[in-house]
Amino acid sequence: MEILRLAGAIIVFIGSVFLFLGGLGLLRMPDVYNRIQAGTKATTLGSMCVFIGLGIYHPALLSRMLVLLAFIVITNPISSHALARAAHFAGVKLVKGSVCDRLEVEEAEDAASGSPDPIGNDTINDDRPAGDLGGGG
Amino acid sequence: MSGSGKRSGRIGAVILSGLMFTLIYVFWTGATDPYDISIFTVLAFGTCAVFVRGGIFPRPGLKKIAYAAAYIPYMVVEIVKANLDVASRVIKPTIPLNPGIVAVDTKLTTPIGRTVLANSITLTPGTLSVEIKGSRLYIHWIDVQGHGGEEEAKMIVAGFEKYLEVIFG
Repeated sequence: MEILRLAGAIIVFIGSVFLFLGGLGLLRMPDVYNRIQAGTKATTLGSMCVFIGLGIYHPALLSRMLVLLAFIVITNPISSHALARAAHFAGVKLVKGSVCDRLEVEEAEDAASGSPDPIGNDTINDDRPAGDLGGGG
Repeated sequence: MSGSGKRSGRIGAVILSGLMFTLIYVFWTGATDPYDISIFTVLAFGTCAVFVRGGIFPRPGLKKIAYAAAYIPYMVVEIVKANLDVASRVIKPTIPLNPGIVAVDTKLTTPIGRTVLANSITLTPGTLSVEIKGSRLYIHWIDVQGHGGEEEAKMIVAGFEKYLEVIFG
């Protein structure tokens, strides 16, 4: 039992180190996109380690921690994608010295060729039958 | 309606979601009482029968399940690599950066397949999906290789597409 508790504590510690590095990255990175990168990745593994470590420390909680882990892995990238997309359409530029910005270039091309919808909502290919707005799944 | 033949219909979707909700309930509460579990199973399947529609989940098959099972450890390894990558950048005195947004076309046709691909890209080393337009993915890359053309960007998605093409079509 003692060895399980020790292992759990060590894993929680490793997770907190990753969370700390994520916070450090958030401070040190030069622009929005790089900060989002540091934030997403470090918090994903950091939370995973904390949850697993807690599950090992308290075996009664292990199954609950697995559910939390699945939700974290599903929702974390979605939130950072939404932030990055919003930042780009709010006009946040990449940091000086960036190699390329294909999204901005191609958007300018679309605007020049007279595309009616610069954000591209018309082009999302959702394969749904027309008129079917039901949620679910 | 590309790829619609490979997706499960309404009944299949109801069974899949009902099983998923029951599993989450059992894992979350740690319920062992058969009476408790059976009540919840009936409720879960009843709710799914009312609200779930077909055409979202891929139709399960042996090959797809095997690929999905192989995809999970692959993702775990990628996530660990991503974290070591970010950690090693963050602690250096000057952060080594070569960022840019690259574009790549994906071979996946289904919306759910593209969703999983975009999320996987976000969780892997140095890449973050910024936007999807149709089949075109725009990816923020922390360390752009070459001049950030299509060829280099293909490297990001190739590893995932190998699995996701089989699972989602």
